[in-house]
Amino acid sequence: MATRELASSSRRSFLTATAAIGGGLLLGFGLPARGEVRDTLTTDAPFTPNAFLRIDRSGKVTFVSPMIEMGQGTYTSLPMLIAEELEVDIDKIAIEHSPADDKLYVNPAIGVQMTGASKSIRGFYGPLRQAGAAARVMLVTAAAQRWKVDPSTCRAENGVVMHARTGRKLGYGALVDGAAKLPVPEKVVLKEPAQFKLIGTPHHRLDCAGKVDGSAKFGIDTRLPGMKFAVLAQSPTFGGKLIAVDEAKAKAVPGVSQVVRLDGAVAVVASHTFAAKQGLAAANPQWDAGPNAKVSMTDIVGQLARASERPGAVARHEGDAAAVIAGAARKVEAVYEQPFLAHATMEPMNCTVHLTKESCDIWVGTQIPGMTQGAVMKLTGLAREQVRIHNHLLGGGFGRRLEYDGTLRAVQIAQQVSGPVQVIWTREEDIQHDLYRPHYYDRIGAGLDAQGKPVGWSHRIAGASIIARYYSPAALKNGVDRDAVEASANQPYDVGAIHVDYVRQDPPAGIHTTWWRGVGATRGTFVVESFIDELAVSAKRDSLAYRVALLDKQPRAKNVLQIAAERSGWGKALPAGQGRGIALCIGFGSFIAQVVEVSVDKDGAVNPTHVWCVVDCGIQVNPDTIRAQMESGIVFGLSAALYGEITIKDGRVEQTNFNDYRVLRIHEAPRIDVALVKNLEEPGGIGEPGTSCVMPALTNAVFAATGKRIRKLPVADQVRQTA
Amino acid sequence: MITLNVNGKPRNLDIPDDMPLLWTLRDVLAMTGTKFGCGMGLCGACTIHIDGQPTRSCITPVSAAVGKPITTIEAIGSTPAGKRIQAAWLALDVPQCGYCQSGQIMSASALLTANAKPSDADIDGAMAGNICRCGTYPRIRAAIKNAAGDKKV
Repeated sequence: MATRELASSSRRSFLTATAAIGGGLLLGFGLPARGEVRDTLTTDAPFTPNAFLRIDRSGKVTFVSPMIEMGQGTYTSLPMLIAEELEVDIDKIAIEHSPADDKLYVNPAIGVQMTGASKSIRGFYGPLRQAGAAARVMLVTAAAQRWKVDPSTCRAENGVVMHARTGRKLGYGALVDGAAKLPVPEKVVLKEPAQFKLIGTPHHRLDCAGKVDGSAKFGIDTRLPGMKFAVLAQSPTFGGKLIAVDEAKAKAVPGVSQVVRLDGAVAVVASHTFAAKQGLAAANPQWDAGPNAKVSMTDIVGQLARASERPGAVARHEGDAAAVIAGAARKVEAVYEQPFLAHATMEPMNCTVHLTKESCDIWVGTQIPGMTQGAVMKLTGLAREQVRIHNHLLGGGFGRRLEYDGTLRAVQIAQQVSGPVQVIWTREEDIQHDLYRPHYYDRIGAGLDAQGKPVGWSHRIAGASIIARYYSPAALKNGVDRDAVEASANQPYDVGAIHVDYVRQDPPAGIHTTWWRGVGATRGTFVVESFIDELAVSAKRDSLAYRVALLDKQPRAKNVLQIAAERSGWGKALPAGQGRGIALCIGFGSFIAQVVEVSVDKDGAVNPTHVWCVVDCGIQVNPDTIRAQMESGIVFGLSAALYGEITIKDGRVEQTNFNDYRVLRIHEAPRIDVALVKNLEEPGGIGEPGTSCVMPALTNAVFAATGKRIRKLPVADQVRQTA
Repeated sequence: MITLNVNGKPRNLDIPDDMPLLWTLRDVLAMTGTKFGCGMGLCGACTIHIDGQPTRSCITPVSAAVGKPITTIEAIGSTPAGKRIQAAWLALDVPQCGYCQSGQIMSASALLTANAKPSDADIDGAMAGNICRCGTYPRIRAAIKNAAGDKKV
């Protein structure tokens, strides 16, 4: 995901330590300690931290995680970074969600407190090791002072400082009061990779115990004394208004206490969700369909197609691609389309709010606590310290929880309700009122020389600008949305003259688009990797060899492609109706290649049977997390590529639930083989590129199996139609 | 007044007969381990056992469970199959976001109780009703085999 880089003082990472209330060592980055009491997940703590690390007199280490866990394994890999340098038993570290704070808990690779963009490790690989190392140095120094020895003669291991010569030992808990009085070392020496005990070795996830016995708490699991339940209905058409609601009938349902009318939405409040749902049905809300009443996909795609005929903002221009293509021995041209997609997180949107005149407490799972806090302050007029975001484990994020629309809706409802209220979106509401991955329309062309080698490349991308909506139009550079052209403008192949431009075409007002796992890299990778395949076919070359020949400047990319090919048995004959496809994704600081093998039955049903995935993400923190994220990204991407599509008719979304917004189920999941390339390059992101890579690998395999080129996702029944 | 037997305990509840067990468990009894996912029996996140049978609690009214033992994720670890499934889930690090895993574990435990050595096809048949958006399917498959005593996984 493209992100805002802020020149923040926290980037310079000065460490602060303060003697904490009740003793203990508080250590952190960013702003000096403010001494204010902060709300965190645990309410029994004697104090609340202003940073990442808290060690109490029993030696218990608490890690306040700046990034939220949404399945990607960050609650294991980030503690590994701390524990590696702090020299403690990672399995005994307690983890707390951080409170909202865009300064203390800023992701240095992004500029705000945001879990996204596959940037948790990239943002915190250095800072968290430094936090752990600085704490260890202070604890060792405290022990050395107590023993009146040179700190260099002491060492720390497994939560204990030892003095080798005399055999003296002190646990961290006994040293925290002394350590808290010490200045924070300005420079700490971090381990060399060869010294790592944890980083690079698979470690069990630290968040699983509660996820197998039902005790893990997601936002939707919030239960408060006197809490009411509200079910929400927003205008079925985008931009419609509520005109009537049968309040009497709703209130006649036992348990219903209130009907809350909002602009474009209504909520029924009750003593439990069932009553609220029944009350909402009884309320039978009537809507003015509004300005989008007649909008359908034909209009939206027509706008995009027309937009793509206009010259766009130039994202890359080297040589005169148009002239080179015009004069080339052979020309290849294509139009690619990618649909709106919903996120369909397993935990439907929900938010619990307790609003009083002086405060607003919010229980929600969010990827953006700080931005959410700011939005609620604006809505309520409350001050920062009055708006408390209690973050939770996310039952899936995928970009959906980079938005605070659900929280604002819940606060609007809470403004009319006395006491705490949990607002739940039904699955239908969740699918029909998402902020969607934008529908994109790409025109792409290339000229080939007599040998089939590309000599010119032209690519125009038309679609919504997420960056302009999410940040501001000013965040576009010369009209270019960096996300929109990701993996297109910076595509890795040596193709001679190249021109890539972007035409912004947002959907009709009221239909919003946003980040979706893999973001721009997913859209760009699908088009570029499909089109390179088309060129290889046109040149009558093997699609692996064709790619490799164009990647002389990209040794890491070439390497993952070749390993993936080797592991998959690339080139070996397959029975009729089966095929292999290959694709490369360079994104999020990582290099990934995948080979998908499909079988297509006589009815045209596409079944991905096997995926080989090779990852070079530089330094690996938790190799098993990397494997898990590849498995995850592949299944997520296959769901979208095979079935995923949100369509709009008469101003409303046609899909409703998992029956018509299909996602992969276990019997459809392929065997997945993940191989990791070891090296000491900068750590790359791994949450998203697995998704980006698999879509073109799949459709290239469909072509290999059937000769049908998929230029418009999803695959759905396109093969059947031509079978 | 309705009496339900939840995890071995009688619970007397003043709720309508047609109230789905899902909301009874979550909103009335504050047992939040059973998850809401779709409300239509399409995703399996709400799976519980009634009389040992895996059941979608979001579309099952409380009246259908009167007089029958109900087991939820909070107590599945006290059954032999549930205990093995949970251990296998931990051994293979199956969960990611974890939201669907209560339902996955309830379906898998029921499968293992009925079928000590499930084949791939048996696993597909028993687990196809449980959606996971994090894509933990390969590990779910391996973990069920692990729980069934297959040492290769």
